[in-house]
Amino acid sequence: MKALIEFVEKKIQPNFEKGGKLHKFHRSFEAFQTFLYVKGDVTRKGSHIRDAIDMKRTMFHVVIALVPALLFGMWNVGLQHYRAIGLEVTFFDQFLFGLIKVLPLVVVSYVVGLAIEFIFAEIRNHEVNEGFLVSGMLIPLIIPVTTPLWMVALATIFAVIIGKEVFGGTGMNILNPALLARAFLFFAYPAYLSGEVWIETSLREGQQLVDGFSGATPLAMLAANETEQLPSIIEMFLGTIPGSVGETSTLAILIGAVILVATGVGSFRIMASVVLGGLFMGGILNIFAVNEFMATPAYYHLVIGGFAFGAVFMATDPVTASQTPTGKYIYGALIGVVAVLIRVVNPAYPEGMMLAILLMNVFAPLIDHYVVEANIKRRLKRLKKAPVKV
Amino acid sequence: MSENTNKPKKEELFSAKNRKLLSNPMGKDNPITVQVLGICSVLAVTVQLRPSLVMALSVAAVMGVSNVVISLLRNTIPQRIRIIVQLTVIASMVILVDQVLKAFFYDISRQLSVFVGLIITNCIIMGRLEAFALSNKPWPSFLDGVGNAAGYGAVLLTVAFFRELLGSGTLFGYQIVPNFIYDMGYVNNGFMILPPMALITVGIIIWVQRHRNPELVDAS
Repeated sequence: MKALIEFVEKKIQPNFEKGGKLHKFHRSFEAFQTFLYVKGDVTRKGSHIRDAIDMKRTMFHVVIALVPALLFGMWNVGLQHYRAIGLEVTFFDQFLFGLIKVLPLVVVSYVVGLAIEFIFAEIRNHEVNEGFLVSGMLIPLIIPVTTPLWMVALATIFAVIIGKEVFGGTGMNILNPALLARAFLFFAYPAYLSGEVWIETSLREGQQLVDGFSGATPLAMLAANETEQLPSIIEMFLGTIPGSVGETSTLAILIGAVILVATGVGSFRIMASVVLGGLFMGGILNIFAVNEFMATPAYYHLVIGGFAFGAVFMATDPVTASQTPTGKYIYGALIGVVAVLIRVVNPAYPEGMMLAILLMNVFAPLIDHYVVEANIKRRLKRLKKAPVKV
Repeated sequence: MSENTNKPKKEELFSAKNRKLLSNPMGKDNPITVQVLGICSVLAVTVQLRPSLVMALSVAAVMGVSNVVISLLRNTIPQRIRIIVQLTVIASMVILVDQVLKAFFYDISRQLSVFVGLIITNCIIMGRLEAFALSNKPWPSFLDGVGNAAGYGAVLLTVAFFRELLGSGTLFGYQIVPNFIYDMGYVNNGFMILPPMALITVGIIIWVQRHRNPELVDAS
């Protein structure tokens, strides 16, 4: 290991330093180098202690937290496929099928997104931002497995350039890039994201779909007020239902949530308030129910569609969420409320979670502003009331 | 020869100054990308090239003529009621254009619907009347109006070009994207047909323009 580090520093690094042949690409080199180990830079003055947890490591925690959802999603893709064509195959076969279908999505998303990140880093001469390590993993998890690869690439390009680089790169973006990619697909190619073609059903010779196969996601069924075929709540919690790759299993997402909260990367305040907001709005709709969707128990909303995934991985994005503790509660609760409201009241948009989070991303700075203002006012009041001590 | 020297030298029709009136709005004084005026109509009519072209020509006609009219009246309009006079002139021109469209291009007139009438509210026109025609002679005012309308039209057509090509696969209604590409799995981008994408397209044009001309980038 030591020999390898020495090799890199002695043999490869000089090429990228000032005067070296490849100095033009030193940003890209640094990005790869710090990916493996932190460089031996020491601060010259001021604080001398540097925490090893830089942005790259923070992002990596999130990627680890996403692994359960990813693995489950892969298996579920296979499971849904073989269910649709009515074949009984082993667990391993199901997983393998899903792996083959999902892996290209992940690869395309990472290659395209990182290529743009590197190009912009070289043009603008700043460090390569690691923000895309997470976005690149999130994008394949929130789209249906049937999405064509070129659409994934296009959506990634759109999200990274218009969502992030235009505003100045990682940390400056207003909207969550991964969700922006999904929103782009949703509006650009509605036929591919309508919730009815989300199971891989390309058939080989001699195969056919089972009778009565619909392939609709639970959310689409509910939006159409057809609740007869709805899977049981246990099934929906475990995630053996049609849906986007990583969003179906609330259980796998919960494991990810535990990892995020334990490592301090994700905000527990936001996750909890999103869930509470969703339950609250669901409850209100239950009271005034006029159709079956409105009468659906509020807790159903937590396990169907992308609600859980959005609450844990999307709403907690530290860049686009509110920064103040009070603001986080307001921000989270409003996401929950708006998501359920869009789902139930607007039949044109079955998945309200995406739109709700994007909407609240836009409002997050405003919420923060008023929280800070309120705090200043409160303290001014206290100052006026307090007896003047001499 | 001696006669000529006594008279003040008459300015040529297309002197350098007058040429600037025409060319500046295409570049560093563009009403849409630099002054950010008239955005509403860019969002509304640029789904296809044909209505955009008609819109650009209509605005050019309205602007050119009303600039000349206001310039001719500039010494007689009382300062306090000048806005209402300008509005009257613009409105008369817009009604004229609307009638012509209805008579000769009925389909496109239907497509543009209220947006022909809404040319009245296009801030670019009122802005040029206030800023230029009220204090300049008719010929420069005419050039200024036509120049600004051309700058407006250029952006309008650029946006419409990309929106129609990517959103419908056509240009001026003729299919451009060949069928075999559709067979390969290409799908028209439905997002391009929605207004938000017009805004983003204008944003990209502004980005490209400021990248090429750094003096437009304000420090704020």
